[in-house]
Amino acid sequence: MPKTYEPIATTTLTSAQNDITFTSINGTFTDILVVAFMKLSNNANSSVVFQVNGDTGSNYSVTRLQGDGTTTESSRSSNIANGNFSGNSLRVADSAGNFSPILFNMMNYANTSTNKTFLARGNNASAGVGAAVSLWRSTAAITSLKIFPIVGTIDTGTIVTLYGIKAA
Amino acid sequence: MIGNIVAAITDGGEAATDFESIATVTVGAGGAANVEFSSIPSTYQHLQIRGIVRSSAASASQNTLLRLNTDTAANYSTHYLTGNGTTAASGAEANSTYIYAGALPAANTASGRFEAFVIDILDYKDTNKYTTVRTLAGWDANGTGLVALWSGSWRNTAAVNAIRLLPNTGNFIEYSSIALYGIKG
Repeated sequence: MPKTYEPIATTTLTSAQNDITFTSINGTFTDILVVAFMKLSNNANSSVVFQVNGDTGSNYSVTRLQGDGTTTESSRSSNIANGNFSGNSLRVADSAGNFSPILFNMMNYANTSTNKTFLARGNNASAGVGAAVSLWRSTAAITSLKIFPIVGTIDTGTIVTLYGIKAA
Repeated sequence: MIGNIVAAITDGGEAATDFESIATVTVGAGGAANVEFSSIPSTYQHLQIRGIVRSSAASASQNTLLRLNTDTAANYSTHYLTGNGTTAASGAEANSTYIYAGALPAANTASGRFEAFVIDILDYKDTNKYTTVRTLAGWDANGTGLVALWSGSWRNTAAVNAIRLLPNTGNFIEYSSIALYGIKG
């Protein structure tokens, strides 16, 4: 029987990668919380996005909220091929030593009655702060998660951990 | 008949850990006017509520409301920062009878779309301070939606022993699910 809050898997990058993927996520838990400390290796600005269950179709949509220290804004994308992982459409940190902490919630991921809603909070010391809600228009239980930047690669030193949260 | 759901607080028998599931409510086919957690034990330092919800109201969306210790008087206030996909907005509500703790899609929004929320109540049993509630919540329906941060205050120093969540109009529909967790300090 799983504990209430249990680490499932951790990936620590020792070299730059195009993506980080977790597979065979079992349906034992209620929610999955992904805790990431992430940096991009290229000198470019990019959101970090996700796909689940290998779905590369236009079955995702996102509503975003972000502030960069000067401007606040909200934006939306519909019928797209990925959801938002990094909490905003600003840059995930790409300067040396500047990693972004990200909390990404996959809520009731294993239920087969509702579409799936995801909540992300992202923070970047040089770029800003943001939150995003994503929808995956499928009632399938989530069994895999792929995380990748729109532009560039994920840098060495990035740590991503999946935690399972089990409701009574 | 739409009723209330009061979650039984029980000892699940699992060995004590730092993050524990206290009670969970999953709404059945009949819906629920509200979900209440009562007799919350004082053995934790903080509480977290995680869930997905949707309202039966004949509208596109509603707000998720929160009350503590059955207090229905105007002892609450809220600040919020919201993004509706077009505009970022900020606002506040003072001297209200509830805390805003999210926004949820309702009957006029495409089916299957639910709000997700994570609510934190820190130091819930501390009788030296008012209770502050922090929420990250949002829903998206592929062309509509809202993501937001809410901060609410209950102007009472009593330890929290009951939490009620409800949509401001309508009922929570089937498959809405709300779970209460305790975090030990």
